[in-house]
Amino acid sequence: MSSNKGLFKSSITKKIVMGLTGLFLITFLIVHAGVNALIFLNDGGQAFLKGASFMGTNPLIRIFEIVLVLGLLLHIIDGIIITRHNKMARPIAYYGKGASANSTWYSRSMGILGLLILLFLIIHSAHFWIPNRYAQFTTGHEIDLFGRMKFIFSHAWIVGIYVGACIALSWHLMHGFKSAFQSLGLNHSKYNPIIKTVGFAFSIVCPLVFAMMPISMYFGLIQ
Amino acid sequence: MSSGNMNLTLKIWRQKNVSTAGKMVSYQVTDISPDMSFLEMLDVLNEQLIQKNEEPIAFDHDCREGICGMCSLYINGRPHGPGSGITTCQLHMRSFKDGDTIIIEPWRAKAFPVIKDLVVDRSAFDRIIAKGGFISVNTGSAQDANNLPIPKHDADEAFNSAACIGCGACVAACVNSSAMLFVSAKVSQLSLLPQGQPERKQRALDMVHQMDVEGFGSCSNTGACEAECPKGISIENIARLNREYLIASLTEKEPKKGSGDN
Ligand code: SF4
Ligand code: FES
Repeated sequence: MSSNKGLFKSSITKKIVMGLTGLFLITFLIVHAGVNALIFLNDGGQAFLKGASFMGTNPLIRIFEIVLVLGLLLHIIDGIIITRHNKMARPIAYYGKGASANSTWYSRSMGILGLLILLFLIIHSAHFWIPNRYAQFTTGHEIDLFGRMKFIFSHAWIVGIYVGACIALSWHLMHGFKSAFQSLGLNHSKYNPIIKTVGFAFSIVCPLVFAMMPISMYFGLIQ
Repeated sequence: MSSGNMNLTLKIWRQKNVSTAGKMVSYQVTDISPDMSFLEMLDVLNEQLIQKNEEPIAFDHDCREGICGMCSLYINGRPHGPGSGITTCQLHMRSFKDGDTIIIEPWRAKAFPVIKDLVVDRSAFDRIIAKGGFISVNTGSAQDANNLPIPKHDADEAFNSAACIGCGACVAACVNSSAMLFVSAKVSQLSLLPQGQPERKQRALDMVHQMDVEGFGSCSNTGACEAECPKGISIENIARLNREYLIASLTEKEPKKGSGDN
């Protein structure tokens, strides 16, 4: 009779995991955007390199990096499982299209938005994270991340990919931020407006800060 | 054709039975009064079909006054058609214009198989309800007033949740065919009241388990269910169910096999 054992298989648990890992990844976005925004000081990358090298060499943060990768993997795998399961729940699609009357397109497209962000993350880590860790591992020294940024963001098409990814991230957050609270059962008429407002602001500001990095470097605004 | 009456093209899903494939078929109806309900319009079409010795279109309906939840139909891409807060029997032809093409489909979900044409089998909902078990409510002579103290706010919330008529529009509207709005309403109406406290945790676990077994998708908080629910059930209920489920699954013990089992 009991179905308690179903905890790890239940659809609600999967959503809770999605919400928790999502919020965790949001904290990463804040740190990442914060450190990288140091380039906007326009001091030849000095402050940024200090910050980045602290993040890249501090042992505690390096341990946390593993947690971050695990959290990201969990978010991705859980997302794939949920999306597949949800596709199976409606084997025959509707002929009439009217969903825009009851929900936003991006809330219905979290899987595809997530996939776009994942593709970007592969490109992005091949640009910076992997070469840097590889250099640390082989030579013991970090690469010149600031110089590399300037070089990579001198290509218009790469800047285009980065900006596109920021737009996808913005839509993903626009639904994901508040959705995470709902999945965790945190829905309260007193706090809903603030969750909505903060979520909306964050979904615009955070991707915008990120997008401004390649854009301003491409136009030579950062020296 | 009296003034204001309409000629319409209907594209309707026809399917012989659960095991044959279906298809969309076009029909013409003429001289439809804007005062007709949507179901009356389908009655007119069915009379025409019967006169032509064709098979009438099967669709669900019962009370035709918006309270039973039996009527369904996914009309022009939305459960219960355009408008909000209404069932299909409360949808009137004045919502359409002369010359319109109207697409009419059954609810689409693996857990709601099509039995015939526009009729789907919603017994998955019954099985979820059955998993909720029983509560005792005295219906004999009136109790002493205030015998069971229930705060006004809780009584209102429970009543709002209990307004769910089990129509399944939430599942039909959801991109994931999730039944979370329905299940959360059913769990909420009991968990908010003293009568529902015994077995509160077990009820949440069992109903969610049955929901998953039936093959509904998982909720991704798009809010489509709430927007299309004819009874205005709020997704606050879903958040409550998430809480109830989480707490229950972390604290509820496995029931022991005992003399009470049979
Ligand atoms: S929650 Fe609303 S849409 Fe879903 S079954 Fe109940 S009344 Fe129908
Ligand atoms: S027929 Fe009863 S609600 Fe429509």
